[in-house]
Amino acid sequence: MHEPTIYEISVEGRQGVRYPQPDVPEIPLPEIFMRKELPLPELSEIDAVRHFSQLAQKNYSVDTGFYPLGSCTMKYNPKINEQVARFPGFLYTHPLQPITTIQGNLYLMYHLQEYLKEITGFAAVSLTPAAGAHGEFVGVKMIKRYLEEHGQSHRNKLLIPDSAHGTNPASATMNGFDTLPVPSNSNGTIDMDVLAELCQRDDIAGIMITNPNTLGLFEKDILDITRLVHAAGGLVYGDGANMNALLGVAKPADFGIDVMHLNLHKTFSTPHGGGGPGAGPVVTTDQLALYLPGPIVTILEEETEDTAPLYGYLIPEKTIGRVKAFQGQFGVLVKAFTYITMLGAEGLRRVSEYAVLNANYLLANLRDIYVVPYDGLCKHEFVLEGVWKDLPDIHALDIAKRLIDYGFHPPTNYFPLIVHDALMIEPTETESKDTLDAFIAAMKSIAKEAREEPELLHAAPQSTSIGRLDEVKAAKMLNVCCLPQYDQ
Amino acid sequence: MFIPHTYEETISMLKTIGFEHIDELFSDIPAPLRNTNLDLPEALTEMEVSKYLEEISQANETTQDMMCFLGAGYYNHYSPAIVDSMLRIGSFYSAYTPYQPEISQGTLQVIYEYQSLICALTGMEASNASHYDGATAAAEAVLTAFYQFNKKRPKVILSHFINPQYAAVIDTYASDLPQVNIIHHTTEDGEIPSLIDNETALIVLQYPDFLGNIKDYSAIVNTAHEHGALICVIVNPIALGLLTPPGEWGADIVVGEGQPLGIPLWFGGPGLGFFATSKNMIRKIAGRISGETTDANGNRGYVLTLTAREQHIRREKATSNICTNQALLALAATVYLSALGKHGLQQVANTCYQNAHYAAQEIQAIDGYTLINTEAFYHEFVISCPVPVNEINDHLLDHGILGGLDLSEMYPEYNNPVLFALTELNDREQIDTLVEVLREFSHA
Repeated sequence: MHEPTIYEISVEGRQGVRYPQPDVPEIPLPEIFMRKELPLPELSEIDAVRHFSQLAQKNYSVDTGFYPLGSCTMKYNPKINEQVARFPGFLYTHPLQPITTIQGNLYLMYHLQEYLKEITGFAAVSLTPAAGAHGEFVGVKMIKRYLEEHGQSHRNKLLIPDSAHGTNPASATMNGFDTLPVPSNSNGTIDMDVLAELCQRDDIAGIMITNPNTLGLFEKDILDITRLVHAAGGLVYGDGANMNALLGVAKPADFGIDVMHLNLHKTFSTPHGGGGPGAGPVVTTDQLALYLPGPIVTILEEETEDTAPLYGYLIPEKTIGRVKAFQGQFGVLVKAFTYITMLGAEGLRRVSEYAVLNANYLLANLRDIYVVPYDGLCKHEFVLEGVWKDLPDIHALDIAKRLIDYGFHPPTNYFPLIVHDALMIEPTETESKDTLDAFIAAMKSIAKEAREEPELLHAAPQSTSIGRLDEVKAAKMLNVCCLPQYDQ
Repeated sequence: MFIPHTYEETISMLKTIGFEHIDELFSDIPAPLRNTNLDLPEALTEMEVSKYLEEISQANETTQDMMCFLGAGYYNHYSPAIVDSMLRIGSFYSAYTPYQPEISQGTLQVIYEYQSLICALTGMEASNASHYDGATAAAEAVLTAFYQFNKKRPKVILSHFINPQYAAVIDTYASDLPQVNIIHHTTEDGEIPSLIDNETALIVLQYPDFLGNIKDYSAIVNTAHEHGALICVIVNPIALGLLTPPGEWGADIVVGEGQPLGIPLWFGGPGLGFFATSKNMIRKIAGRISGETTDANGNRGYVLTLTAREQHIRREKATSNICTNQALLALAATVYLSALGKHGLQQVANTCYQNAHYAAQEIQAIDGYTLINTEAFYHEFVISCPVPVNEINDHLLDHGILGGLDLSEMYPEYNNPVLFALTELNDREQIDTLVEVLREFSHA
């Protein structure tokens, strides 16, 4: 059953929320600016509540089930996060208030900055970027500006491993860099010979690296990689999407990375919201700190015996400029701060230990049934092939869709691009052994069905209110707005 | 707490993997890189953290403690209870991007409805699923125009009266595209037509503008279109409850900050960047788009469509790297507009307008205060004050009033200018109180 749209349930004359009439003398808006028609729906409050509650039920979510989506870190989002982020003291503060009236917010941001520096080993941070890709945009631009300031403008090539997230090359392009791919070797890590050869060039601006990489493998040669790139005159960008494997285990600053983003909505438990909001703070070295985007929270007046410190803003001297209005996704920052405060050093290390334990447990149970293109000890995620040589009609998509019938969210599929029919699985630390065992049983059962009843896979999912959707039709007969009555 | 494993389970799982100790899981990390030394405060329980965060939050003074006349891009509106109740539903907020449409129809239909409502408000034909905020939406509009003309038209003209933070973000976004030439106009908009030529890709205007003015932009729109250039208009979505939408007077791209649509101030984020355009440009815009389609049995459903534009497919050829956006806040705006509907939004829009005009009239009647806005304005206006704005604002704060934004540095052409913003929450009593306190400076 499809849920009608808000326009289909609209009835003329209804109004869900009423407001008082103005209590000041009224004057008319000049006629020439007055709009003639306002084609908004008209619903009572209960119509709207039922409509959105019905829609919510059509969603799979972390709250309803296991979400082993590789590279997305779909861990449980603690309820306390939602509660504290909505304390009136946070909710009702305007971003342009005088600093003396928002010392609570600035205290929280200052300490979150300190925590993120400590966790990653870097010297400086900006909380401004709104999402991971936004953080990448910032970090790559900092590299660009740094090279320019040091007379290295001719360096316009960024090295990007072939296993990298699509945002990496897109971020490079947005900042005016060309990209050069770096192939992976047969172990699934960066091919050091090719890298060494590429580093002979005199136009290398740097490399964008994800560690652990998107196959879930730790780049063992990371120190040699960063050394090679630095020796070639380039800088190293770290994609922090996979930080959930490293908390309290290793600090990316020790790898020789110069600048890196974190995804608070992955590693630090803030919810994904159906596609956002996230937050993508950027951490960096002393060398690049002056290029960070502001505002950054700093202590303007040190504390004394009688007074607390006075927090305020700082714009770094050579900043790349403003990348967003105001100070960042504050509501998201509160949740990440809460999470870190509840876990402490030991708790954070446990997060990574159990994220890696869960991934290796799944891998150990699935490697005999599915093809593992790059096998070995994995970190927080791993990649299987969703295809068997003797079953040419079965693809990753079929397995993914069949998992839905078993009550699971499918893994990330067809990424990374270097694996045929990739199924990328990231369980996260918040899933119990029971859940993992149930997932393993489903994956085994699907492998059996692939041989014995392949039509079950091709027809999947059948347990949902809607079947596989026609994506070609969606793109060809484009319908992105339901306003038939609105003819301008 | 958030990790469910018992000791026995841990041991049994390690055994399956072939390990005895959990540290072995990290044996692939070279020893010199293993660094377990984390200096963080002692962990707190939920009960303790709740108290701690409450204390932090109480170190702020809020717009509930004070009367708020501050706006300048973020506004203190009332958010009906229904909005946050819907945002708190776990299967909305704890879902991922709807890449698996069969189990994401909730989010996909919400985005489709959001797109429809944004089209309805702006008078445009297509909208994407959202941007980080109004400023980045404006910056993406500049990139869209640049690529629309295959990088052949370098010139982008920014009105002097767009939000200065938006202009700064546009500068940053364009800073490494050497072909782009961002021109910051520094005088009245009336002079913009003379700058438009066949090299011009885009003109960025704001409606109502940053100083609150509602202006007729037809001369600029006509000249731009004669030269084949595009028009981007930054709008306030609440104002569009009352004002003729830019889609009706020739805008090619309409962007803005959706925060006024039921999203709390939250110290400036997360908010909602919206982006609407004409149907013929939809294949050139950034971001996700939800489209209607059917399954094999003809059932109606929604999918993310035109994904070939996006970074995960186009990689280095993509014109934007955006993936995560502000989906949950798009839900907030969708619930807000559905619950208020046509009449509710008209009411809110009108009350803001009326409160602002009453306030402007009362303030300019005080000796020494002058209203800078000479024509129509919406719910913000600029007052030239008899003394520096910071002195006035300090004094207002002492009286529990959050004053307007000091524009002295942004618009030095005015004398002690302050930008006041009024919403449906600023009733007559609040305005009269503000006027009384301002009056104390009238003889300065």
